[in-house]
Amino acid sequence: MAHVAAEKRARRTAAPGTRSAPRLGPIGLLGPSLVWLLVFVVAPISILFIYSFWSSQNYQLIHEFTLKNYIETFGDSVFRIVMGRTLRLAFLVTATALVLGYPVAYFIARKVTRWKTFFYLLVIIPMWSSYLVRVYSWKAVLGERGALNLLLLWLGILQEPSPIFLYNTFAVYLALVGSILPFMILPIYTSLEKIPQSLIEASSDLGAGFWRTFARVIFPLSLPGTLAGCTFTFVLVLGDFIASQLLGGTSGILIGKVIYGQFGLAFNWPLGAAMSFVVFALAFALIAIAGRYGALKEG
Amino acid sequence: MRRALSPVLPLVVLVFLFLYIPMILIVIFSFNSSQVTILPLESFSLRWYEELFADREIIEAFRNTVLVGIGTVIVSLILGGTGAFALHRLQFRGKSAYEFVVTMPFVLPEIVTGIALLTFFVWMGQQLSLVTVLVGHVVFCLAVAVRTIGGRLQSLPRSYEEASYDLGAGRLRTFFLVTLPMIRTAIFTAALLIFTISFDETVITIFTIGHQNTLPMMIWAMMRRGFTPKVNAIASLTFVASLILIVIVGTRLREQA
Repeated sequence: MAHVAAEKRARRTAAPGTRSAPRLGPIGLLGPSLVWLLVFVVAPISILFIYSFWSSQNYQLIHEFTLKNYIETFGDSVFRIVMGRTLRLAFLVTATALVLGYPVAYFIARKVTRWKTFFYLLVIIPMWSSYLVRVYSWKAVLGERGALNLLLLWLGILQEPSPIFLYNTFAVYLALVGSILPFMILPIYTSLEKIPQSLIEASSDLGAGFWRTFARVIFPLSLPGTLAGCTFTFVLVLGDFIASQLLGGTSGILIGKVIYGQFGLAFNWPLGAAMSFVVFALAFALIAIAGRYGALKEG
Repeated sequence: MRRALSPVLPLVVLVFLFLYIPMILIVIFSFNSSQVTILPLESFSLRWYEELFADREIIEAFRNTVLVGIGTVIVSLILGGTGAFALHRLQFRGKSAYEFVVTMPFVLPEIVTGIALLTFFVWMGQQLSLVTVLVGHVVFCLAVAVRTIGGRLQSLPRSYEEASYDLGAGRLRTFFLVTLPMIRTAIFTAALLIFTISFDETVITIFTIGHQNTLPMMIWAMMRRGFTPKVNAIASLTFVASLILIVIVGTRLREQA
């Protein structure tokens, strides 16, 4: 054993400061997760891509190259309507979440002193608890026996409970904002909290008022977090099918629900794969752009 | 210390009401004795909770959920822990690409990850089971492990480890006696957060599960059948379980920040 120790010592003196990694070495450290990512992320996405060029007939896969799924995806008017609705909703939810979320993030990051952990918890509880349960909980507000109906009955505005609040795009919109908002607040908060107080003081010492300091100092420095929040929100709406399924009815059908249907009742996997790949490409592009601006380091 | 109230305070209060009122209503509804969910409540009852705990299928699903959660934590920590070390203690080409691929499944729509895994498993002739669910959860959670442990590694001064080497400790000894104690809390935080995510994960699970059930799968099936006090009870329980876990994780995350 003595020569092993001697060898170790020799290696250590040869390259000081470069051996802080545990003994596993580069392959042992990088290998496991790299292999995992190649097998369970890169390969599945590639196979999804291949599937999207096959077709399905009488519930049988036909392993022949065809572009018909993409032609159907982009040519079919139903798909275009649903995709258009999903994109509009994604923009709308993102805009709403930004308008509501930014002031909240600002308040927690820069106004709250003693209760910071409490407010932080208030944001991350709805963020990490079940999305399914939170979306569903909007039925308690909007449903025929929900709180909104009860309130309107009590106020005398309605004579009997109305079912109109559920099963439409607006219900989906409300539930999405309610469920996704924390994903907007947290990254903005992280960005805002990192801004040194001295920068803000310097700005006001130089005579800038609040709005000028906000526009020239605070907002630009919070951009990575804001961009991250917007990306998360947009992508979450893009991939939603739970809110669409539980609250959307027929007028609130989103692309996620259509894709889900292809793998369920409609049983057209290749078409579903093509639609998934379109969603993937769109989300990937957004994430890559956000990543270039350092947004993925937040949150 | 009294200061002028911030003008954004009313908005902040409204936003938090908006975030929490639906869940609070669900919890209230779950104690309603009547079969139909209606306000004002007929009378307070634990009936629906008793039904849940008597339901063997739900207990079985709960057990499966915990098993998948524990498995996901173990696999994610091994893969993510080594990955975090590679990222912050090694120099290699394509580091930013590696980081991007690690983060990607966490940010991608889960429906895409779920469907990609489904087509992959079918292609490989792999039977869907709790193991395939576990794989899906690890794919999603790997980023959490790498980020949480990596964040801690990055903030650690290298001098501790270097001092250990200078004093003649080998790499294993340094890892177990110096590095590990310093990142232990980060590992624990990552484990809790991953368990919480896995416990509530629905979308990837829908596409990767076989004939067995996890709790979110049962809830999903029950929800699609209707809005009943029993669904409200199981939704409330899940929410409270997550809430407890998140409060523990969140407090730790704040302390470490």
